[in-house]
Amino acid sequence: MKLTGAEIFVQCLKEQGVDTIFGYPGGAVLNIYDALFKYRNEIRHILTSHEQGAAHAADGYARATGKVGVCLATSGPGATNLVTGIATAYMDSVPIVAFTGQVPTSLLGKDSFQEVDITGITMPITKHNYIVKDVNQLASTIRDAFRIAKEGRPGPVLIDICKDVTSTLGEYQFVPAMPPKEIPMGVTQKKLEEAAEMINKSQQPIILAGGGVGIADACEELLELVEKTSIPVTTTLMGLGGFPGTHPLFTGLVGMHGTKTSNLAVSNCDLFIAIGARFSDRVISNVRKFAPNAQIMHIDIDPAEINKNINVNCPLVGNVKKILGELCKKVEVRKRTEWIDKIQSWQKAYPLKYQKNVRLSPHFIMEKIDELTQGEAIITTEVGQNQLWAAQYYKYTKPRTYLSSGGLGTMGYGLGACIGAQIGQPHKKVFNIAGDGSFRMNCNELATAVEYKLPIIVVILNNHVLGMVRQWQELFYDGRFSSTTIDRGTDFVKLAQAYGAKGIHVTRNDEVEHAIKEALNAEGPVVINCEIDRDEKVFPIVPPGAPIDEIIEE
Amino acid sequence: MAKHTLSVLVENHAGVLSRVAGLFSRRGFNIDSLAVGVTEDPNVSRMTIVVDGDDYTVEQVTKQLNKLIDVIKIRQLNPSDSVARELALIKVTANSSTRPEIIQIVDIFRAKIVDVSKNTLTIEMTGVADKIAAFEEMLKQFGIKEMVRTGMIAIERGNQVIKIGSSEESE
Repeated sequence: MKLTGAEIFVQCLKEQGVDTIFGYPGGAVLNIYDALFKYRNEIRHILTSHEQGAAHAADGYARATGKVGVCLATSGPGATNLVTGIATAYMDSVPIVAFTGQVPTSLLGKDSFQEVDITGITMPITKHNYIVKDVNQLASTIRDAFRIAKEGRPGPVLIDICKDVTSTLGEYQFVPAMPPKEIPMGVTQKKLEEAAEMINKSQQPIILAGGGVGIADACEELLELVEKTSIPVTTTLMGLGGFPGTHPLFTGLVGMHGTKTSNLAVSNCDLFIAIGARFSDRVISNVRKFAPNAQIMHIDIDPAEINKNINVNCPLVGNVKKILGELCKKVEVRKRTEWIDKIQSWQKAYPLKYQKNVRLSPHFIMEKIDELTQGEAIITTEVGQNQLWAAQYYKYTKPRTYLSSGGLGTMGYGLGACIGAQIGQPHKKVFNIAGDGSFRMNCNELATAVEYKLPIIVVILNNHVLGMVRQWQELFYDGRFSSTTIDRGTDFVKLAQAYGAKGIHVTRNDEVEHAIKEALNAEGPVVINCEIDRDEKVFPIVPPGAPIDEIIEE
Repeated sequence: MAKHTLSVLVENHAGVLSRVAGLFSRRGFNIDSLAVGVTEDPNVSRMTIVVDGDDYTVEQVTKQLNKLIDVIKIRQLNPSDSVARELALIKVTANSSTRPEIIQIVDIFRAKIVDVSKNTLTIEMTGVADKIAAFEEMLKQFGIKEMVRTGMIAIERGNQVIKIGSSEESE
């Protein structure tokens, strides 16, 4: 049948099972918005305050649900406003499809009004991107984009659609969405046996679980392997929730803000098993001194990650879920009592700790949220100290519950992501843990949360400074606090109220429980402004470039 | 650093060259030369990329290129098992007194004169990079006004072919 490009766009979204998109209208997408109006009962369009919010919301939606997140913006500035969100998704392997309007084909390349080469701009931050200049290419392009976004190691795909394409009639035929291609195990039995032998022989192994464990839906396989072999598990920031944070063999984060136990375990291990992780500099710090006595085993779907940042002795490239399942059958049961005893003695000697006798502690706030939600909430974060406190003092037991910009480190990510996560998981409690700096970057999205009556809870750990940068200035720049004091008198409670949200002011530890309970019972969005001390720090911390066992504990 | 020759089959789309070139620049890989043209299949282009770097770099280049959706196949060519050529056009200053000597050099190198004017000769030269460099060196004394090179292209010897689907020997 003949449909306009705009209608084909809608039909293709429906083929893919998309029922929610995040976007912001403009001239080049008028036809698309006209079609969205017609199909408004089938596709829910969430209108954000800013395109960046839409991109982060699509990302949060995707991370919270495992589905592909979709965002839509107009040409030019609309498209460029998506860029930070797309880059965020790219660094953390999040499947989103971003649609942008483009000037009509006749005006392409002429510096037309609101024209920007968004495929050129996003080339390095997308898995792939397209510009559609022919209506007959539109449907197949959209189908390919969804396939590419989901397939293998996920990532963002952008489709730029010229305005005339959306108004031109083209042939459309329904094609059911292809189920994602089954990823083969990719590893021979012989290779698996070698790997199993390495594990059997190892006296002091450790597993590093990265974000890939959750993406591959391999959490059960990992747990089974760990329980059979008694190998302690540390995670990257992205790996939180891929292994239960309450498990006795869980040692906490590793690397720059890892626990001393994790970092000592890595420095002393004889076998380091990375699963769905990419050896980021935040994990390995000093590459020459990382796991110096260990053989490195690396299980990942992306062959390009093998040997990229660290030399690997045993690469297992393929379907992480299947590899772990098979590996589990091949390894021998081990108790590793000596090694576990050592780990436990470190855990006892070097627990995560914080000053309890302060007026209001961010660590305490996180523990309270954990307690009051029984660890069942979804936590999104901004970037900086808030991100790490949220990582350290909340026990994540399931994947897709800690949503944070790990790779790009995008301040301003959390609120949009929180909105997307809440829309994707309407029955879950969703918190955004923010700092005052990050919150101020994209707080305009509170208007979105209010409009759609989303019961999100924004906890601002308000220290009136850019805490993480200030912490570095104090520790590594002799306390020269250059441009990190942002005490500008903003009243975040009043700001929340101005947007139509509820605002709660908290200044003492003994007010925290009441505030969170009040927020949990509220109908719409709540902002809890927590006045914490500006000298609160994230510990432990490894100085940049130092080996990870040279850790500052307090 | 060693030079490595990669043959890369890519979709014959607009923008593919910039994806490949962009990948090299943002990951800090050095391209010595890059030549691209359509293959016997009009939907497929073939790039010959000469990479400057160690084995680690070539491994990374290959893996990262493989992640590009438009890249179909990559093969590193073994120099002893392949034929490589580059074409150069060189415009050199020549008057009646220097012309005979230049023609002599052209003959020795089995190059070809493709244009002549009162005070120039334009020479077409095909060969491997070393030969072109030697030729250039010999012409310098007369004054090279302009030189343009295609970059290296290469193909494997014998029955080896690089094709979509199979990279094995053809029948």
